Amino acid sequence: MFYKVFKTTLLSLFAAAVLIPSSIVVLGTFKDDLEIYTKPLALPKHWSLKNFQTLIETGNVFTPFKNSVIVAIFSVALTILFASMAAYMIARSTTVTGKVLFLLFALGLAIPGQVNIIPIYHLFVQLHLTNSLLGLILVNIALTLPIAIFILTAFFKDLSREMFEAAAIDGAGHWRIYRSLALPLCRPALAATGIFLFVICWNDLLFPLMLISELDKKTLPLTLIDFRGEYATSYSMLFTAVMVASIPMVIMYLTMQRTFVAGLTAGAVKG
Amino acid sequence: MAFPAFALYSFLYLYPSFSNIYYSFQRWDGVTKPEFVGLHNFTYLASNDDLFMKVLGNNFRFSFIVVIFQTLLALLFATFLLKNTKTTVALRIVFFFPTILSSVSVGLIWTFLYDPNFGFINAMFKAVGLDGLALNWLGDGKYSLYAIALTQIWFHTGQMVVIYVAGLQQIPQELYEAAEVDGASRWQQFKSITWPMALPTTAVVVAYTTIQTFRAFDLVYSMTQGGPLNSSDVLVTLIYNTAFSSYKWGYASAQSIILVFVVLLLTYLQRRTLRINTGEK
Repeated sequence: MFYKVFKTTLLSLFAAAVLIPSSIVVLGTFKDDLEIYTKPLALPKHWSLKNFQTLIETGNVFTPFKNSVIVAIFSVALTILFASMAAYMIARSTTVTGKVLFLLFALGLAIPGQVNIIPIYHLFVQLHLTNSLLGLILVNIALTLPIAIFILTAFFKDLSREMFEAAAIDGAGHWRIYRSLALPLCRPALAATGIFLFVICWNDLLFPLMLISELDKKTLPLTLIDFRGEYATSYSMLFTAVMVASIPMVIMYLTMQRTFVAGLTAGAVKG
Repeated sequence: MAFPAFALYSFLYLYPSFSNIYYSFQRWDGVTKPEFVGLHNFTYLASNDDLFMKVLGNNFRFSFIVVIFQTLLALLFATFLLKNTKTTVALRIVFFFPTILSSVSVGLIWTFLYDPNFGFINAMFKAVGLDGLALNWLGDGKYSLYAIALTQIWFHTGQMVVIYVAGLQQIPQELYEAAEVDGASRWQQFKSITWPMALPTTAVVVAYTTIQTFRAFDLVYSMTQGGPLNSSDVLVTLIYNTAFSSYKWGYASAQSIILVFVVLLLTYLQRRTLRINTGEK
């Protein structure tokens, strides 16, 4: 009896702790500030789209949104491509090279990428890669390669060796086996890893903050930080901006819930 | 086939890591030529820098609180949500939801919740007559770090629940059935079956959370920027400010080397503790 009450209370409390703030944000996008302060949880008196309109007219969210999409998609696609190639080579290698490479990438898992902000910034200034989306993409790839290789190597190693050997006997080269056998068989793993990386790239603040200062190169998290200063206490505008920045993730989460959870937990477990 | 990955990784990860070590022995403002100062940055950090010690302490406190509470909460929720029914699956989806948001979004949402004048949390306290608890959560140095820790727990508990559920579902059901027959209480079952069998998962969760809390930046930056008066500063926000506000680049590099050591040391200690507990060699 006590257990049941305890369990139900705790679960309800945490569910409420997630659902209430989310509802406040979603409902708040249709309200003005006064209504948010006085009745944060009530349905809006008028379902007004004024905040969205103001945001589009003055806030210029379209450019950062586009930048975030470009950076996230290219970072993820290239990381998955390079990581899967390396992981395939490591998983199939019978020589010491594979082991050494794996250890080298494992080093990147032990050292958090954030500690290298100073040398990376300096290097990027010299290479004229500040204020450039390409620069952000390169940083994202370098920082997420170790974890992606780690996850994918584990998956490639699970594939049956005999199958690869059979394909090799039939005359297929490494490229052919990688492209026509290994990749298709690992599609669920690639999707899960891809989503994991997408969340990291879409949400990152530190590197854009450091590398980007021009308005037309900013990504969404950076723009949200600017809004924080601009609309210091206008929570209706902040909520609307948060909503716009979160919508792609929410849609992906709701439609690909399984892959999402698999990706984000694989990232944690393997990391 | 590993060449593109290896080239990019060497150039943008390994090479910066080594330059970081090199910079940590220099006095350097990022513009003029670096000047070699030996171990000076490190001895200064260890003996004269009260701010660094304070921030190191902050980060340890932040990490400790989040690791303990987030892990225990996640384990508890996972035991509640272990069976796959409609309700438990729905709750897992709800609990996991914050994980997909960006730190900045979470930071802004909680800035509103904590707002001393208009915020939801203080409104709740006032509504039930606890006006004394309506504090300035982020604006008062006594609470800011803990307020951010609570947000971090809200942010990532759901992710850990899912990891725990996957781990706990591996425990053979017969163990619980046998314990039930022997008349073991729920607490005894938890203590003698769930906890020891879940230790490998706990190790993963604790290691991941520790690293996550020592590389925390986005959440702190978007909620308090480390303030007021460095009360909520953590290592990465300090390193960022040392480099980009104070222009002490060599010194910031030395700070980040310390951060690497802290993370490696904690990871090592945790692994050793786990091996002792599970009897692995």
